Amino acid sequence: MSTLWEGRDIGDVLTEDSVELSRDSLVRYAGASGDFNPIHYRDDVAKSVGLEGVLAHGMLTMGLAVAPAPAWLGDRGFVSSYQVRFTKPVYVPAEGAVRIAVSVSLAKVDEPTEGSATLALSVSTQDGTTVLGKAFVVVSPR
Amino acid sequence: MSVNLELLDTVFEPTEAYVVGREKVREFASAVFATAPIHHDVDAAIAAGYSDVVAPPTFPIVIQEKTLQQLLSHPGAGIDFSRVVHGDQKFEYQRPLVAGDEVVAKLRVTKIQSLGGHTMVTSESTITTTAGEPVVVATSTLVIRGEEG
Repeated sequence: MSTLWEGRDIGDVLTEDSVELSRDSLVRYAGASGDFNPIHYRDDVAKSVGLEGVLAHGMLTMGLAVAPAPAWLGDRGFVSSYQVRFTKPVYVPAEGAVRIAVSVSLAKVDEPTEGSATLALSVSTQDGTTVLGKAFVVVSPR
Repeated sequence: MSVNLELLDTVFEPTEAYVVGREKVREFASAVFATAPIHHDVDAAIAAGYSDVVAPPTFPIVIQEKTLQQLLSHPGAGIDFSRVVHGDQKFEYQRPLVAGDEVVAKLRVTKIQSLGGHTMVTSESTITTTAGEPVVVATSTLVIRGEEG
């Protein structure tokens, strides 16, 4: 596991990715997760509760933001803790898509014997709005 | 309607057993853009030391959701569902969920806090296998927006 962090400094970006969310993505997530709240597929319902329109499920954003971690860890470790704060809604247009950028950086390395580390996630929409705050992943050896 | 402060420390009945299905894991992984082979390919999961495909880190929300429904629909809770916003979410794992796991979840209300007219209700849902092995604790803070908000 130590090899994961060798040569890395605190603050180094480990992986960067971006994902396009369309209305199709929201319908797919609704079915997969069982979260059928209509604010995620009906503009009229979303507006009736004071939102600008249909927005992505917060848990979809949380889920896609951590997706690169298991791929990057492989069999060297696993995600032992993951937390976020939902700071801003991600509005998804009826046509087209919104692009969400995810950047994963090394925030803290625990003592070598432990081998675990904390990664900080930066998650923002294409206009630069941060949509997840206090987003941290702890990875630990298996 | 206001949140019943006596909810604090309330423990709900464990949910019915939930079997983590291989196709459900694949479907959920695709929906969150989780392309790592361990979520989709049994051989890749076995090669990584697991018994079957590995659920992505946020998959436990599917099981936790069943406990949140118990909380929100509890007649004495005083929570107006239309005013609920998801504030914070945390998972602490002993290991990832894997297809074939049979689990139950039990929710406890751990914190109720009022702030600027809103009420924040924090609950912990402990997910264990039916054999009693702890797997993941999912913690949510729900913000119930004030009436004038």
